[in-house]
Amino acid sequence: MTTALSVAFTLNGLPVALEAPEGMTLLQALRGPLELSGPRFGCGAEACGCCMVALDGEPRPSCTLPVEAARGRAVETVEGLGSPEAPHPLQEAFLAEQAGQCGWCLSGILVSAAALLRRDPDPDEAAVRAALEPHLCRCGAQNRMLRAVLRAARAMRP
Amino acid sequence: MNLAFNAGAHGNAPALPGSLSVEPRLSRWLSFSAEGHVTVTPGKVEIGQGILTALAQIAAEELEVALDRVRVMPASTPNSPNEGVTSGSLSVQESGTAIRHACAEARAIHLAAAAARGGLRPEQVTLRDGSFLGPDGAVIGSYWTQAEAALLEVEARGDVAPRPASSRQVAGHSAPRLDLPDKLFGRPRFLHDWRWPGMLHARAVRPPARRATLLDVADGALPAGADMLRDGSFLAVIAVEEWAAEAAAARLARRARWKAEDSLPEENDLSAWLDGTPAEPSVVAERIGPALPPAHSLSACFTRPFLAHASIGTCCAVALWREGLLEVWTHSQGLYNLRADLAVTLGLPPERVLLRHVEGPGCYGHNGADDVALDAALAARAHPGRHVRALWSRAEELGWGPLSPAGLIRIEAGIDGSGQLCHWNAELRGNGHSSRPGRAKDPTLLAAAHLDPPFRLPVAIDAPLAGGGGGQRNAVPGYSIPALRVTMHRLQDMPIRSSALRGLGALLNVWAIESVMDELAALGGQDPVEFRLRHLPDDARARAVLREAAAMCGWPRRAAEDGVGTGIAVARYKNSGAWCAVAAEVEAQDVVRCRRLWIAADLGEVINPDGAANQLEGGAIQATSIALKEAVRFDRRAVTSDSWEAYPVLRFSEVPAVELRLLPRPEEKPLGAGEASLGPTIAAIAGGIHAALGIRPRRLPFTPDTLAEAME
Repeated sequence: MTTALSVAFTLNGLPVALEAPEGMTLLQALRGPLELSGPRFGCGAEACGCCMVALDGEPRPSCTLPVEAARGRAVETVEGLGSPEAPHPLQEAFLAEQAGQCGWCLSGILVSAAALLRRDPDPDEAAVRAALEPHLCRCGAQNRMLRAVLRAARAMRP
Repeated sequence: MNLAFNAGAHGNAPALPGSLSVEPRLSRWLSFSAEGHVTVTPGKVEIGQGILTALAQIAAEELEVALDRVRVMPASTPNSPNEGVTSGSLSVQESGTAIRHACAEARAIHLAAAAARGGLRPEQVTLRDGSFLGPDGAVIGSYWTQAEAALLEVEARGDVAPRPASSRQVAGHSAPRLDLPDKLFGRPRFLHDWRWPGMLHARAVRPPARRATLLDVADGALPAGADMLRDGSFLAVIAVEEWAAEAAAARLARRARWKAEDSLPEENDLSAWLDGTPAEPSVVAERIGPALPPAHSLSACFTRPFLAHASIGTCCAVALWREGLLEVWTHSQGLYNLRADLAVTLGLPPERVLLRHVEGPGCYGHNGADDVALDAALAARAHPGRHVRALWSRAEELGWGPLSPAGLIRIEAGIDGSGQLCHWNAELRGNGHSSRPGRAKDPTLLAAAHLDPPFRLPVAIDAPLAGGGGGQRNAVPGYSIPALRVTMHRLQDMPIRSSALRGLGALLNVWAIESVMDELAALGGQDPVEFRLRHLPDDARARAVLREAAAMCGWPRRAAEDGVGTGIAVARYKNSGAWCAVAAEVEAQDVVRCRRLWIAADLGEVINPDGAANQLEGGAIQATSIALKEAVRFDRRAVTSDSWEAYPVLRFSEVPAVELRLLPRPEEKPLGAGEASLGPTIAAIAGGIHAALGIRPRRLPFTPDTLAEAME
């Protein structure tokens, strides 16, 4: 457990490197030494989507993924999507629809939605629901989120 | 269930509006800064419902300043007014009303001061975005230039009228949530995101059973920087790094040896447990009026399981113990109540416990937020001078947090020959719906029961109906019934720690009442909407929401396909709060699904219509999940539904489409939006199941298994 591993990868477009104890998950690394707050702990069992990150563009729960699985790859979190000064169209759309309540699920949902729109710029509602199926929202803001993703898709199309 | 319930503690407080009656000093509610900001300091807290935004709107409105000048501070002890608990859909009534009147008085005081300095009469002065203007339009002062003067160090008098509803520019208009941007950009806004230099991480290791004693812990190495903490049967690890705390907790769980005993009821026969457990009876309501003999009557029993809060984030607290002073950062709903129980448990004077609210994941009632604060405090006591963060696992969140208690209600009711309700008799059984801290001599916090010596956690209580009630909430039908008796039997044993979850007793009671109404309407050959309307002669607002929901869904709806049906239901939350009617289109095939919901609500004055709509819809979707999927599972020793696999909640593919309308009532008092839609949604889904399948559901959740029972 205490053997340290050197792991280097790209995080939100920037190179990072850390000495990680064996057994550390990517989520523990992101929230611990890498000091992000977007990816969240929800269950530790890939069942809620709170910790979703994009690994080489594909959504993956980071709560069970060993940090070394990220070695040499590109990891993207909600922090990489946009900022208040330069928001991603999805973040703008979620603000426009006021799509959220407590907000705990949002970081993961935005990561999955961004991956969907990269893959399918013109999804229908069923496709959005399917892409967000791994995510739980206990506050019941799902309909607003569906509208927000469709709104962002419209905004992103040329 | 908060201020009304606590009213006795404050004696003969002056009859000021809302929470001003418990904290009349204006400076405790708001202050101005020379930089041009208003700081509002409510005692209510943000729990994901958007209250900070609504309170900011109310302040901006009364002070006539731009919304972005208003900062709403998170509550803390001892600085915030003690507004009890953020619960019961009362925050706008209690805190909002106080802030509205405090700001109205603050405006009048500041305007008078500006006028006096300018040698003007107050009526010659106007206000524009915080600046006072003389008759010639010249600025003679502002809140900001007068910020240093101790103008608000006075008690409210209750003699300044707030701005009339018709002139409101900010309150009553949708405003974006102030907290949402941080949450969309992954900014550190939740308590879980806060970091202090040298902060330690704690994890508890819970017993394998509700009744268990820790015998010993086998020796063995822990990850670097991790220590064990043991006090009686409370076992925890504290580590420098978070991953090490988690790894150490897993190792200790394997090394701990416990004596565990059976103490839980038989999950498959909850009715027998509910009926067989000693209970304290009380009459909730009784009317003895002249009634005709029934032409049709029915009797039915409705049961519900234990339910979990199932927030998707887990409970967290950070504590710092320093020189006999305990500071705790918490997402508790009631800081002063938590302070009282922490003080009792730890043997500290309450004034040596300082609490600060920081936002946490969605809160739907009394969850583990208070419990984890004690976990953190115990860990911090063992490491003085260091911040210690305790975080619950998913298994603790679903398995050890307070749960919404199982219950049953038996209703016997009848209609006379003219189809009019003539009698109604209802008997409720179940545990109380409140184990909130700060209300008894013993603490209610989870770990307190595991310490050496242990505290005996009090059995859950129910607030009196005047304070919102608990199990008996909404047990008295709002319909006109000449002869009525409603009795409650609150269980005196509490094998599973029970407390308040969104809606409390309304989840069971509204469903049961509305199902009986449907059934009586059918017995009398009447349309269920018409039948309800004729029994609401004195409640025009209930009739209006019911008519609205009926119109929205096109009632009476004939099933377009086999196995599809629509139900409709109405209730006034707590019989004193918001009115809400819901229609639900249900599809029953292998499983039951809710495809569409139509919601009509009367919330009185609405501060933030979009925020209120979000709350009502969210409540209805949570209720859909409760209706169709949720039940806490347990064996004789422990809760076994401690993962999402074992406690499934509604997923994106299962979420119904929702159409929602708010009836405009800007002149009426605000009533709260968070809980009104849950009971009617469950009831409307049950009605939809009957329309689709011809079965009257009798047991929650409405799964193929429980519906098969109803068929027998």
